Amino acid sequence: MQSDVIPIIPADAARLRKRERPRGRQTDAAVRDELQQWLGEGLTRRELLVEHLHVINDRLGCLPAPQLVALAALMKLPQAEVFEVASFYHHFEIIKEAADGVLPPLPGLRVRVCDGLACALAGGDLLRVRLAALLGPQVQVIAAPCVGRCETAPVAVVHQNAVTHATAEAVWQALQAGQTAPAATAHIDLDAYRAQGGYDLLRDCMAGARDPLQLIGLMEGAGLRGLGGAGFPAGRKWRIVRAQPAPRLMAVNLDEGEPGTFKDRVLLETDPHRFIEGLWIAAWAVGVSQVTVYLRDEYHGCREMLLAELARLRADPPAPGLPEIVLRRGAGAYICGEESAMIESIEGRRGLPRLRPPYVAERGLFGRPTLVHNLETLYWVRELVERGAAWFASQGRHGRQGLRRFSVSGRVCAPGVKLAPAGITLRELVDEHCGGMLPGHRLYAYLPGGASGGILPERLAGVPLDFDTLQPHGAFIGSAAVIVLSQHDSAAAAARNLMRFFAHESCGQCTPCRAGTAKAVTLMDPPRWDAPLLGELGQVMRDASICGLGQAAPNAFDSVLKYFPHEVQV
Amino acid sequence: MSPAPRPGVRFTLDGRSVLADAGETLIEVAERHGVQVPRLCHSPGLEPAGNCRACMVEVDGERVLAAACCRRPVEGMVVHSGSPRAMQAQRMVLELLLSDMPAQPLRHDDELRGWARRLGVGTSRFGARQRAAADASHPAITVDLDACIQCTRCVRACRDEQVNGVIGLALRGESSRIVFDLGDALGGSSCVACGECVQACPTGALAPAGGAARVPAQTHVDSLCPWCGVGCQVRYHVTDGQISHAQGRDGPANQGRLCVKGRYGFDYSRHPQRLTVPLIRRADAPKDATTLADPEFARQAWFREASWDEALDVAAGGLARLRDVHGPQALAGFGSAKGSNEEAYLFQKIVRLGFGSNHVDHCTRLCHASSVAALLEGLGSAAVSNPVMDVLQAEVVIVIGANPTVNHPVAATWIKNAVQRGTRLVVIDPRQSDLTRLAHVHLQFRPASDVMLLNAMMQTIIEEGLVDERFVAERTRGFEALAAQVRHVTPELAEPVCGIAAARIREVARLYASSRASMIFWGMGVSQHVHGTDNARCLIALALLTGQIGRPGTGLHPLRGQNNVQGASDAGLIPMMLPDYQRVSDAAVRARFAAAWGVPVERLSAEPGLTVVEVMHAIHRGQVRGLYVMGENPAMSDPDTHQTRQALSELELLVVQDLFLTETAMLADVVLPASSFFEKTGSFTNTDRTVQLARQVQQPPGQARQDLWILLQMAQRLGLDVARYGEGEQAVASLFDEMRRSMPNLAGITWQKLLDEGSAVYPCRAEGEAPEVVEFSDHFATPDGRAHFVPARSQPADELPDAEYPLVLITGRQLEHWHTGSMSRRSAVLDALEPDPVALMHPRDLAALGVPPGGLVTLRSRRGQVSLFARADEQASPGAVFVAFCYYEAAINRLTNPALDPVAHIPEFKYCAIRAEPGGALPVQMGYGGGQAVR
Repeated sequence: MQSDVIPIIPADAARLRKRERPRGRQTDAAVRDELQQWLGEGLTRRELLVEHLHVINDRLGCLPAPQLVALAALMKLPQAEVFEVASFYHHFEIIKEAADGVLPPLPGLRVRVCDGLACALAGGDLLRVRLAALLGPQVQVIAAPCVGRCETAPVAVVHQNAVTHATAEAVWQALQAGQTAPAATAHIDLDAYRAQGGYDLLRDCMAGARDPLQLIGLMEGAGLRGLGGAGFPAGRKWRIVRAQPAPRLMAVNLDEGEPGTFKDRVLLETDPHRFIEGLWIAAWAVGVSQVTVYLRDEYHGCREMLLAELARLRADPPAPGLPEIVLRRGAGAYICGEESAMIESIEGRRGLPRLRPPYVAERGLFGRPTLVHNLETLYWVRELVERGAAWFASQGRHGRQGLRRFSVSGRVCAPGVKLAPAGITLRELVDEHCGGMLPGHRLYAYLPGGASGGILPERLAGVPLDFDTLQPHGAFIGSAAVIVLSQHDSAAAAARNLMRFFAHESCGQCTPCRAGTAKAVTLMDPPRWDAPLLGELGQVMRDASICGLGQAAPNAFDSVLKYFPHEVQV
Repeated sequence: MSPAPRPGVRFTLDGRSVLADAGETLIEVAERHGVQVPRLCHSPGLEPAGNCRACMVEVDGERVLAAACCRRPVEGMVVHSGSPRAMQAQRMVLELLLSDMPAQPLRHDDELRGWARRLGVGTSRFGARQRAAADASHPAITVDLDACIQCTRCVRACRDEQVNGVIGLALRGESSRIVFDLGDALGGSSCVACGECVQACPTGALAPAGGAARVPAQTHVDSLCPWCGVGCQVRYHVTDGQISHAQGRDGPANQGRLCVKGRYGFDYSRHPQRLTVPLIRRADAPKDATTLADPEFARQAWFREASWDEALDVAAGGLARLRDVHGPQALAGFGSAKGSNEEAYLFQKIVRLGFGSNHVDHCTRLCHASSVAALLEGLGSAAVSNPVMDVLQAEVVIVIGANPTVNHPVAATWIKNAVQRGTRLVVIDPRQSDLTRLAHVHLQFRPASDVMLLNAMMQTIIEEGLVDERFVAERTRGFEALAAQVRHVTPELAEPVCGIAAARIREVARLYASSRASMIFWGMGVSQHVHGTDNARCLIALALLTGQIGRPGTGLHPLRGQNNVQGASDAGLIPMMLPDYQRVSDAAVRARFAAAWGVPVERLSAEPGLTVVEVMHAIHRGQVRGLYVMGENPAMSDPDTHQTRQALSELELLVVQDLFLTETAMLADVVLPASSFFEKTGSFTNTDRTVQLARQVQQPPGQARQDLWILLQMAQRLGLDVARYGEGEQAVASLFDEMRRSMPNLAGITWQKLLDEGSAVYPCRAEGEAPEVVEFSDHFATPDGRAHFVPARSQPADELPDAEYPLVLITGRQLEHWHTGSMSRRSAVLDALEPDPVALMHPRDLAALGVPPGGLVTLRSRRGQVSLFARADEQASPGAVFVAFCYYEAAINRLTNPALDPVAHIPEFKYCAIRAEPGGALPVQMGYGGGQAVR
């Protein structure tokens, strides 16, 4: 060594790390081996990413970083792709090392208190505050977007157990009793359904006793429209997808996330096989080779029931040659109710809506032509065939045709799913089906179509409720989730609740929705609103957002500015 | 994506009837018609995302506006890009984004502010989102997400273009955020610092560290990257003679892409240790082969400054004297694969005419000499048959003995892109690499069992009738001998030797043979063995057997290492060949060159010269007494360094021409301060046979001179007639012209063409002729036009592990460092990213040794030892240790085996027996390395 002594620079943490290991996080071999055991077959199939994350989350109650790194290695995916998917969904909590490099203790039980509008009206916010104080730091009490049980508001979910008409005491008791599993559903099971002639129609179809085109004609004749919210004529959709090249796929949207909507859950909890038979008939008519059912994660009880009933059907299929039904689980993301976002989620990605064209009927799931339906639409199929198109078309009121199910919540005596003629007015719906307004409450305003469909004043309670009838009033019926407000409520407060929900649920992909919903929340905060700026913002959100979320979100403040300006001093 | 419209869709844009080409989007059509629609997430070359919504246009009859970047016109569509409704949306989107921006732009050409100015959007009426903290953990890239507009250009650049997958867009809604890996600090992430994200970012949320993008540079120069053989074209932004940043250009090999070295490795040229004055060794400074010194100390203690005249006289005069006293065999020269074609050509001319011998060689001897030998023998041409980019047309691609994500990063991006599009990748390598994650199959075979493995594949192909009979019959010779050689090498026989199941070997053989187009890439894992030539022969035979050559998406591609190793070899820096691989032993060749060079034919020696390692031996036995080394560092790069340095110190006269006082230069008698790549103009030939023009970006510092000037001075003093070349760029042009006239494959490429077009592919045998991008479509370059099978028999490595030396040492390179480290370790960013010498070992081996990750380990072979830090690397092959040869403080070539391949004389860098011991002396860094440059 022949040199002037040059001081050795003290090695900092980054330099020491470079000596120890290659760049980036390294896989913990033990974690990887354990994960491999948990996950089993089909490990590297990209579309199973969300399912794999559920497996980890179910076992550990969260997603620790070492498990995510190991999962990425096993699936041969970049860590960033695993992280961005995991962090997209509300039901996944990622646990990372603290500054000292040590993983914090894994979180304990979670209580999710619904802060959907119906629950908020029923005191959900207060419940959440009380629970947080009562349960202490061992239990995480968090606000959750509408959990789809508005008829029993307020609702708190203890792990997977939904406590309805919840009180702090009831939640505390459920925790004490260890009641964290979903309650069983009292549904018509396979045997009972078969005993009522269930699956006979499907058998006829599969046996060639019926003609698919004739059935499609019947659907068209009945005028049944998609009941997920967009109202596209069902028969025409079948005809379009059927004309696409095979293989054709089908995806059933059971991600019932529109605040105020719970009809699909109620139908599923009551008569699941009626839905499944409709599903298989649609698949037969369109020539679908595989069906995926995308069920929102909040419906834990439905999932367990559906898994059991599907297993029974697999063991004892009603007819030979039926397409496979794959059940996929959401993970807490309202946007996945948008059909193309749902398809992305089924493919194991973040639920970002796709740009149209192409439409999912041409290029949907895994790039194949895809028939997408909502549960209720399929639920109608058997009854339509049995009772005929003319019967259905003859239903309706005020010049409208057909029947539909309204999810009614808010200030009425008897909230719940109401089968009523299309075109019924809000006043008729409340009086004839819901036992009128709650005592001490007078109709002030109502939401005809969940969070997206706008807020209408009492003076418009005589407008027929159906597709196309509400547009002139700046509203729409969507999934027919009706939330009723009274003189004790405020439309502006409701609108703020809705806008917070949209900002929370915006996927963040496009500027008008990502920034627009967030800026709107801020603009709607003060008692006096900047009406011209909100107006400009709303126009651009409608015009330039990629999907319906951003396009419909301005309905919340537009309605207030139009019908309740006195509430916001304009 | 919607299906492409029929060619020629007519529609109305802003009241004008326009015609769209097939597949064009509205924004592209608008652009062509001079209509500027604002856009932020759109960037040519990236998949459209349609997320920023700045490009909204109104389409008659549609409920909502359409994003012009994603929408394709249909016949009769009526589009308004400037209607009040469209403009309101465009402006509002910009206003929403502007509200969240930091007060000062993070890049001077911030696209968001640019569009806002053009559309007259002033101060935003909206409040700002929550501010984000800047991330300065990375030495090259500053992350300031305050300026992020979530356009995902960086995500697409990282994921789709470079396929590194480091960047994601996580969370959702207003919280959605650009993340690295699991939302980690960039400096601690798996980022390879290719900088593609920085180049893609419209607002400077990702920007060069140090704020280089905040002010515009004074000027820019279009040139090339100085590092590897991929040959990326680069634009250098220059202020006050300093390069502020580098930007990828749309070159044929890179199409705008760069890697960490090309993007950040340009500041070595201004390192304080640059030599700026000629040096002559002090009489009282003995040459000590065992001493390691700080270059600055060595310069002051062992050398004195001299004038150019004195230095050149001592150098050239001394060499001439040795020649005159001891004869031409006493002199040798090592040229450089980092120099230009013109420099290489003149250098070999100096040796051949000035020294009078053929003892001229360069580092190709250490990297692809065996590939060159096998290709010349089998196909009659030493270059690649197909360019890298052809991988996009291949159905199957084999990457064997190569780690392109590290050594040819931009070439690797095309391989990765091909895999994304469905090409099936077969990686054959004892080590895992970043490519193995994408591989359809990875054959992780035992080191040095290549020939056995490849023979077994050929056995399968012949036995299963997968031979392309017609191709073999019409285009080749020697099939019977090959068939006889491999007949008994069944996959079952290979299985225990290679450690690969017989069924796997068959599977890969079938895959390669039966695809529509299969391509083979290889690197030094194939060539740097005592059986390197045999390895390459097998790969050639595999391609010939199956007819997987001569068509797009097929062929053989030895990935060339240095930026001009192809050109330097072409230009004749090879002891047995004159330029264009014309053999010195051929009297007709000598006569032709003698005529071209205007010298009597006797001036050209008919005797092939010595190769690099042989020169060292010849020094040792007293034959070679004077050596001229230009830009090479054999004291670090040659095997068995101790012997090499010993030999160098025994020379009577060592002349070194270099940028820095390298380990070789420390043993020199005269050191000539030369020019960096950025300080000269010349042509360089990449791995694809593309000759490209590099333009001068900076002036040489101090008295340092351009290499060509030095060579001309040396040539003149050694008796060459160089006056006719002229000076400066004129000399470059006239040398290129002389070169192409003696090199038939380059005959059609003129200097003017290079000036005009920047690049040209050869073979191009006449001016105006289209070059052969894909070679051998109807004949091979052999005299009979047929390719030749050369069978090979499996041989073991020269030095096998035993009880005393139980591990295998594999040497090579790391992503951030180059060759012997003299340049890359003086580049601030590269040095900061890999500051210390590391041995890459499998965690299990490390645990067995009882060394914690990052602990000191001493590696020892029969020839020497080094101590360095042990890095736990799951990608390492158990039982094998990998060390890069760039670390002077742990020069791994002290350990390597100088055993040579009998044909190509390439040393076995990829295999020798060593043992590892815990602990050792801390490696001492002197003057550079260790991340000192950024502090």
